[in-house]
Amino acid sequence: MRTAVIQFGGSNCDRDVVHVIEEVCGADADLVWYKDGLNRSYDAIILPGGFSYGDYLRAGAIAARTPIMGDVIRAAGKGTLVLGICNGAQIAAESGLIPGVFTINAYPKFLCRPAYLRVENTTSPFTRLYSEGEVVMFPIAHKEGRYIIPADELARLEKEKRIAFRFCDESGNVTWTANPNGATGNITGVLSEKENVLVMMPHPERAAEEILGSADGKKIFDSMIAYVEES
Amino acid sequence: MLSAEDLTIIRSRLGRDITPLEAVAFENLWSEHCSYRSTKALLRTLPTDGENVVIGPGDDAAIVRFTDTTALAIGMESHNHPSYVDPYDGAATGVGGIVRDIISMGARPIALMDPLCFGTLDSEKTRHLFEHVVSGIGDYGNCIGVPVVRGDLIFDESYQGNPLVNVVAVGVVDPDSVITGRVQKPGNRLVLYGSRTGRDGLGGASFASRDLSEDSEAEDRPSVQVGDPYTEKLLIEATMEMCATGKVLACRDLGAAGFAGASSEMSSTFGARIIADRVPLRETGMNEIEIMLAESQERMLAEVAPEDLAAIGAIAEKYDLSWADVGEVIAEPRYIVEFNEKIVCDLPIDLLVGGTPACRWETKPYSAEEPFRRPEEDIRTLCKKVLSHPECAAKDWVFSQYDHDVQLRTVSLGPDAGVLRLDGLALHFTCGCNPRHIYLRPREGTANAVLENASNLACYGADPLCIVDCLNFASPVHPEIAWQIEESILGMGEMCRRLNVPIVGGNVSLYNESDEFETRIKPTPMLGVIGKGDLRTFAPPQEGATLALIGRTEPDLGGSILDCVTGCGGPAPAVGSVETVQTVRDLVRNGGLAAVTDLSRGGLLTALAKIAPRSSVSIEGDPVVALFSESYARFLVVVDDRSILKGIPHTVLGTVGGDALRIRSGDEEVVLTPADLREASRTITDLMRID
Repeated sequence: MRTAVIQFGGSNCDRDVVHVIEEVCGADADLVWYKDGLNRSYDAIILPGGFSYGDYLRAGAIAARTPIMGDVIRAAGKGTLVLGICNGAQIAAESGLIPGVFTINAYPKFLCRPAYLRVENTTSPFTRLYSEGEVVMFPIAHKEGRYIIPADELARLEKEKRIAFRFCDESGNVTWTANPNGATGNITGVLSEKENVLVMMPHPERAAEEILGSADGKKIFDSMIAYVEES
Repeated sequence: MLSAEDLTIIRSRLGRDITPLEAVAFENLWSEHCSYRSTKALLRTLPTDGENVVIGPGDDAAIVRFTDTTALAIGMESHNHPSYVDPYDGAATGVGGIVRDIISMGARPIALMDPLCFGTLDSEKTRHLFEHVVSGIGDYGNCIGVPVVRGDLIFDESYQGNPLVNVVAVGVVDPDSVITGRVQKPGNRLVLYGSRTGRDGLGGASFASRDLSEDSEAEDRPSVQVGDPYTEKLLIEATMEMCATGKVLACRDLGAAGFAGASSEMSSTFGARIIADRVPLRETGMNEIEIMLAESQERMLAEVAPEDLAAIGAIAEKYDLSWADVGEVIAEPRYIVEFNEKIVCDLPIDLLVGGTPACRWETKPYSAEEPFRRPEEDIRTLCKKVLSHPECAAKDWVFSQYDHDVQLRTVSLGPDAGVLRLDGLALHFTCGCNPRHIYLRPREGTANAVLENASNLACYGADPLCIVDCLNFASPVHPEIAWQIEESILGMGEMCRRLNVPIVGGNVSLYNESDEFETRIKPTPMLGVIGKGDLRTFAPPQEGATLALIGRTEPDLGGSILDCVTGCGGPAPAVGSVETVQTVRDLVRNGGLAAVTDLSRGGLLTALAKIAPRSSVSIEGDPVVALFSESYARFLVVVDDRSILKGIPHTVLGTVGGDALRIRSGDEEVVLTPADLREASRTITDLMRID
């Protein structure tokens, strides 16, 4: 799998994602500076976490309007895998790659801690190595991670099984107390219509090695690699 | 204002009167903040050298060898005064400043520590300061992608009008690619890059060197800078890319005393001619004093050969940073500034930088220990009071606001030290000191602060590699404070020599006293200690394992958390045993301990609550001393096999397991259920979190 990891001025998880793809998963990754644009085709594009444009105005809002996002949207339209993590999820939502928005947490402070997630979709190229209902632990680190979506669009997402992850407790119960940011329906991972775009607030790259506390997130990258190798 | 004495010295050396810019340059560069004029002689007594020290104190940051292929850049700074006037921006720019010190050595910043001191949390003002200082650190550090991996929190009424915000930053650099802050060759150009210069933060260095008056919040606001972490992130990446070209010959960040400070200090190996008109400005109509002294954030100065200007400028432009060729290195030892085609400053560079006359202060010892008065409450009540003191309670309200995982090195945040993986080894972070003990016995207390940090590292089988410090004190014009400073620095040096660990950098922050609250801070020689060892992981202790205490307990209740909550008084601890700390370090290295933590604030009780919240123990002798004494060099350990402790003086306390923390003393048993411990630990969250 050849991956482009897009580097905006305020990206700060770009190198972390490259490390996991190359050193932990054994695939290839190029860091692509946002001003350079996408000059070749990739199997997957990752929008990493950070504070593109300092999160000024609204997290992800300015980055979503850069020319490279036009390249990303076009690639997504052709079926290229696009994974938006944290700030990358905010950029993808601001770009209209998925419905809904991410806004400031219910308790309006930055929140960095491990979170339990329940896997809701196991058919997508990102989640096929998980089992349905599996409880995984990924760290979260965000201040504007509360996913909001109108009721009618939510119903459609649920019907189309496009919710990838929900916050839950250790035993997999999706409860209000297990919701760290006030997201609608505890949702924190959403797929596009064709399932080739996944946006999520938790950081799978921070959960890819046991020594750092969890290896549950590695399956996302491994799923992507398996999907690309099959297709 | 420059003092009359200083002005006389300068005039007699120059044989002329000085220009307005020269006067302001001297006022700032000769301030305590930049020149350490009242502490220089004492600082020279500290051990600063060692086999791993590549660059010691004096540059932007120290360089210490970690492995053959990796060196660490380490710095520590205070941002105390600005954080009182504007807690959010004051704390944020404190992070920004020390991070730039790291990148100016050519190093990529990998971690931060933030020891903080505030007044007591019953004051609304303290809660306001606390909330916004934490937000300021978080928002800045999170945005630039440097994890905060450790901190310390002290709440004491002496900080009511002077919170302390200290920051430690650590970076990594190839030992062969270190860049220093000293220019190398006449004829080279000086490139200023980063943010444009505005009128912010004028005279910050001299502001930091006096005490805060009642209306300082309103009057001094122009002295506090506003940070822009997004630009700082760009500055980090641009500097890393510039340094990688090998074309940056020297580099310095613009901090205290702005462009004048950075350019004169950086050029002091030769001399410099600066063209002030070339500085990229954000505002119009700025005069030469404003341009040279403004403390606008996120700016760097680099020495570049003339033929490399375009290449370095192109990198600045890639990151949308402004840049300009603002002057040249000259062979003559002079510091010349031109503005509007006139020379507005022309000084012997050694007079401006390093020419500050030292001053001495009269010292007078004091004695503040009080006899012990036994508290009247029962042991259970005392236990709950001590555990719910904010220094013993959980700190997650603070820590969850910092991104501590970014960069994928963070293995653990505690209980005793932050642990990062680096080159297959563990890099440990610990910081802190105990100002209440140091107030009662400045010399022993500071020696113990060094030992306590080494004890934290011993819990991981690690040794201290180096130390940085922020020496925060009240005003040395008071002879008692001057004595405190002297004793404290001497005590620090003594313990560093015994542990064979160098002090490689730091700063001094004096005049931390408040007219408004009539307070002087307790002596706070805050330490940041970096350790090195093997990577180890610990599993939770098994049921039935033995709990034991290593180290000697004395009735040291003066300055303890029990003293804080009851006013019981008593003696402060004597200097702890270095041998005990080393014994425990070796036990960990040999793999004999299932769990270990060192005893510090809150004594044995908080250690039990931390690593053995479900266990049964019996204590001998006076339970007040056994549970709450804060004697140093003591460790609570869990062992599966007791024979491992043979030959090591220890006391068996009990066993791990059960449904609660049960403490038996004579006929009495105190039971602290998990719910009791949880409730006690919520103090900070309950006070600060409003949903």
